[in-house]
Amino acid sequence: MTPTRKSFVARNPSVLYFLAALGLFTAIVAVLSEASGVGLISTSFVKTLGKTLCLCLVAIAMDVVWGYCGILSLGHFAFFGIGGYAIGMWLMYARTEIIVIDSLAGQVIPPTPQEVSDAIGNQIFGVVGSSEFPLLWAFADHLWIQLALVVLVPGLLALVFGWLAFRSRVTGVYLSILTQAMTLALALYLFQNDSGLRGNNGLSGLQNIPGFDDTGQDVVSIAFFLTSAAALALGYLLFAWITDSKLGNIIQAIRDDESRVRFLGYHVESYKLFVFTLTAVIAGIAGALYYPQAGIINPAEIAPIASIYLAVWVAIGGRGRLYGAVIGAAVVSLLSSWFTGGGAPSVDLGFYVINWVDWWLVLLGLTFVAVTLFAPQGIGGLFDKLVRKS
Amino acid sequence: MKSLLEMSGITKSFDGFKAINNLSLQIGEPELRAVIGPNGAGKTTFMDIITGKTKPDEGKILFGEDNRSLLGMSESRIAMLGIGRKFQKPTVFEAQTVRENLAMALRNPRGPFAVLFYRKTTAGAARIEEIAEEINLTDHLTRPAGELSHGQKQWLEIGMLLAQSPRLLLVDEPAAGMTAQEREHTTDILRKAAETRAVIVVEHDMEFVRRLNCKVTVLHEGSVLAEGSLDHVTKDPTVVDVYLGRSDAGH
Amino acid sequence: MMRLVFGMILMLLSAVSVAAQDLQALLQTHADEVAKPSRRSVSVMLDDLVASGLPQVPVFLEEWAGRNVWQDDATGLFYIGAEEGDALIIRDVDTGDETSVDAGGFTQLRPNGGVRRVIGTALVQFQLSDPDPARRQAALESIARRGEAEQLAPLIASLEGEADAGIRARKEQLITFLTARFSEDTAARVTAIETLAADTSVEARAVLSQILATTDEVAETLPDVNIAELYDPADAPEASYQILVDAGLAPALVSAGDIRAALEANIAEGRVGTVPVASLNTDAAREDAYAALARADLVPPLVTQDDVAAALQSHVFFAQYVETDTAVTQAARATLDTVETRVGWAQTVDMTLDGLSLASIYFLAAIGLAITFGQMGVINMAHGEFIMMGAYTGYVVQLFVPDYTVSILVALPLAFALTFGAGVAMERLIIRHLYHRPLETLLATFGISIALQQIAKNIFGTQARPLTSPDWLSGAWVISDVIQISTIRIAIFVMALIFLVALLYILKRTRLGLEVRAVTQNPGMAASMGINPDRINMLTFGLGSGIAGVAGVAIGLYAKVTSEMGADYIVQSFMTVVVGGVGNVWGTLAGAGLIGFLQKGIEFLNPSNTLAAQTYMILFIILFIQFRPKGIVAPKGRAAAD
Repeated sequence: MTPTRKSFVARNPSVLYFLAALGLFTAIVAVLSEASGVGLISTSFVKTLGKTLCLCLVAIAMDVVWGYCGILSLGHFAFFGIGGYAIGMWLMYARTEIIVIDSLAGQVIPPTPQEVSDAIGNQIFGVVGSSEFPLLWAFADHLWIQLALVVLVPGLLALVFGWLAFRSRVTGVYLSILTQAMTLALALYLFQNDSGLRGNNGLSGLQNIPGFDDTGQDVVSIAFFLTSAAALALGYLLFAWITDSKLGNIIQAIRDDESRVRFLGYHVESYKLFVFTLTAVIAGIAGALYYPQAGIINPAEIAPIASIYLAVWVAIGGRGRLYGAVIGAAVVSLLSSWFTGGGAPSVDLGFYVINWVDWWLVLLGLTFVAVTLFAPQGIGGLFDKLVRKS
Repeated sequence: MKSLLEMSGITKSFDGFKAINNLSLQIGEPELRAVIGPNGAGKTTFMDIITGKTKPDEGKILFGEDNRSLLGMSESRIAMLGIGRKFQKPTVFEAQTVRENLAMALRNPRGPFAVLFYRKTTAGAARIEEIAEEINLTDHLTRPAGELSHGQKQWLEIGMLLAQSPRLLLVDEPAAGMTAQEREHTTDILRKAAETRAVIVVEHDMEFVRRLNCKVTVLHEGSVLAEGSLDHVTKDPTVVDVYLGRSDAGH
Repeated sequence: MMRLVFGMILMLLSAVSVAAQDLQALLQTHADEVAKPSRRSVSVMLDDLVASGLPQVPVFLEEWAGRNVWQDDATGLFYIGAEEGDALIIRDVDTGDETSVDAGGFTQLRPNGGVRRVIGTALVQFQLSDPDPARRQAALESIARRGEAEQLAPLIASLEGEADAGIRARKEQLITFLTARFSEDTAARVTAIETLAADTSVEARAVLSQILATTDEVAETLPDVNIAELYDPADAPEASYQILVDAGLAPALVSAGDIRAALEANIAEGRVGTVPVASLNTDAAREDAYAALARADLVPPLVTQDDVAAALQSHVFFAQYVETDTAVTQAARATLDTVETRVGWAQTVDMTLDGLSLASIYFLAAIGLAITFGQMGVINMAHGEFIMMGAYTGYVVQLFVPDYTVSILVALPLAFALTFGAGVAMERLIIRHLYHRPLETLLATFGISIALQQIAKNIFGTQARPLTSPDWLSGAWVISDVIQISTIRIAIFVMALIFLVALLYILKRTRLGLEVRAVTQNPGMAASMGINPDRINMLTFGLGSGIAGVAGVAIGLYAKVTSEMGADYIVQSFMTVVVGGVGNVWGTLAGAGLIGFLQKGIEFLNPSNTLAAQTYMILFIILFIQFRPKGIVAPKGRAAAD
């Protein structure tokens, strides 16, 4: 072939459409939010939308690791949670520090650093019957270190776990079960009171950003919303670039026939490890943006079921296409909060009233089965068919 | 002609069953060699052992001028050393285009980061065109491999092997399921490939082997029963006894 | 007729003894102590009463302790009385004659709790020989609870007439206990202590620890007492110093809080001494300011680390036996060590039993999965929900069948039928279409799983429902104080065994099993031999699901029945199958055994934290799979090389 080298965007027009749609959506929300003074979109809904963008980001990571590379990881929501915990520790520490210094300021004698630290420890760990700072919190007062941990902890965990698992050629459903076990172990660990992360109380008050106490939640929420949108856009570009590259070809080839790729001379394990770790890092970043908007993180968020839901979103949205994952995560999570939040009207069957708060999960489960059976390519697949026809 | 691959005393058993039993074999470079044998003779295990998929219990495998031992190497390292393998069932990546399939096989750095930042080159594109020509798929480069016919998939897989620029090609039943015309073309491809490198063809089809017109190794119960031209081995009474006598030679 | 004569003789005899000495007279000699008893004074009088040997004494003591003794204000005589409205029925303490009197002239005696305990101890001596075995038993238990030196002699005396073998054995045991603790004779005590070496009961160990009771002491030089252990104060300097402080041998440490309080109390014009308050924001600055105050004698001086070290240096810290006899404590120490070794062994046995029962539960939960996953390669995430369905079936059956035994017998086949049906339906409707997409089976069955879980929640609510086991299953098999296992766990173990045998039989000896194995190994070949793989897959899946249902009934009997119970077992069940080796009943058994024993083992090492045990166990499994990716019982043959 004569290499008429088309630009990345020209080869992937969908990236451009996606970014345009995301930009438009972000602008509309920002203009209609309370922060702009229009107030058509409430602050709490801005938070919901911001959280949804983070879920979309972790969903595209899941799509790359599963839809493109064929690793059905049931652990990516755990990486998401770890990101949340890493940033949550700083948020909670810094905010408690401000409160404590404030309250100690009233004392006759100015407090010593030890007294301040003790009081913070008491505030944070009193709920699990302790006041000592665990080793895990050694850097909790350094924002930059905690931000680095958002990336490093999920990355390292994924690297070590992936290295062990891929090296011993655990594949397919075995790997899924193994990742689920990893997630369960992590959740069980966090559930302990002496985990150093406040057991099942988790970390709370994360919506209050230290240093911005005077800034209203309307502004904070829109700031996080915009950051989340930017992160999603960057994540989308990154993954679109990766999947479009030759590496994208290789990982799809690994998905379709791993051993054939090996005989082509590729070290399959390195590729899997690269994808597994990179997506774990992105999941961690998504979590770090999500939990300040959610305000609270606890071990239940990390439970294996959450990671399975992540797979459900991606499957419903359509594997192997990044926008499919975005659609799946956005549609299912927003519908989920609409139905379980009591927003959906009950259906009166005459003999029984279907209350969606109770029946949403049944509907979701059965829909999911139907999608797996009849539309394995998900919503994105249907979308592709329509586009191809027209 | 000097030896490229040298196997000696290879033994592999599965739960007491000896799939390969004290097998010794040498291949020169360039050379075309056909390996035949009845079912269960150990043909597939023989290829698995060379390509690193299965570890032998005993024996040595040496490859190349510097006589490097292949034992203990991973599949991908052996492949990078210059041994390509084509499976019995055509395995191409159906979701990707013919060009992408060939591009993945091209001899280029194989590390994840090298691949991530890989940029297409004119030389690479020219090589793909060249191979496509050779395997009759020039018009199909942009089609997904899944849409190809069975024979075309076989060719694509051979093309991918050629793109790897291996010194030794292991080909498992390349003519299975092909029309007479396709077979002829396949023979040409293999013979041309064998002009510059070593090619081992494992085949059932005597007619196809005859057309290859090369040295034949007969495997039986995991070891070499006879070696020589096809005419020579088909006259060997032990071969006739264990193989030709039992099944129809010509299919 | 004979009885009448015998009774009359008895009455005569008692009349004689009454004549010899009556209780009232005896009581009158201690009138003050009886009327206003104190814990000290009462024992002298009790000794006299007991020494008299009068048969009326126990009755009187019981009534006295029960606050039923009244004193005639006029005569000072004591009667046993019972109020009847305004009237009082009084009974003579010796003759038992009853009279009705006006309660006005009598005072009820109300011995306090302490006194009543002393009376109770005295009473025990009588009760030990009481004709009623239940009362003798009760007396023995009272001694077992609070053994005292005085009880030893009556206990030995009562041994001779004891006819009941069980009570006799108990008496002998208690005599050993009391001898060990209270005997005057060192040799007898040592002998008694040594007999205890064979007794691993909690009581025997308590006796030994009581003998070995110590107090922590401190002195400048080591006194000549029965020392249990010398402490090195460097091991716990703070606690050791606190002992010195408590013993009044050293000044108390001045804590950071004390310093702050002292500084706050001495602020004058924004300064403490010469130091401005604002600069007191470090510990060093505060200590300096405090030292200045101490020099001015305004506060006690700071105890420095050097002071502490010096104080610790100049004292010895030790534990001293309360028991002064070295021979006794040595014997007790040696015996206790022996006993503890034995207890350690018994605990190992007990833990093994625990592990066995946990392994049975994992086996039950996982074996159905082993069939569907192992034989068919199908991941059924709804397996846990089939377990839950089985458990709820048991619960619903109990609502209609009140007899628990019958209801369990009804529930077991019903649960099997129900989950078998559910499994077959799921296989026909969903899994059949996904045989070549195992990851998608995982997802589709997960969809079923959340739907089933939510439906159960909608029907049965979120709170746990009881599945009561019949009485004969609710006990425990007690082998010793250390080794015991509840009957329900034995039943689950037996059930697991039955499942194991039944499955092995079905898979190895029946036509169905043969066909199942044929389809597993080569569906195409099996089909060409006239086996219908569709039918076999359906039946296999039904069988696996049905077993989950039965396991659900069993698990429900010992764990809570909730809509989420299935989720609790699913990961462990998969681990069991994977660790054991897929496609093999023995593998599942090995996996369940490994995981069950491992979890109990980790819990044993760290009993306070079962969550941590599970975490470590999962980490272990992840590492285990590194080394044996195919499980303990790996599939064999060429297939294993793929």
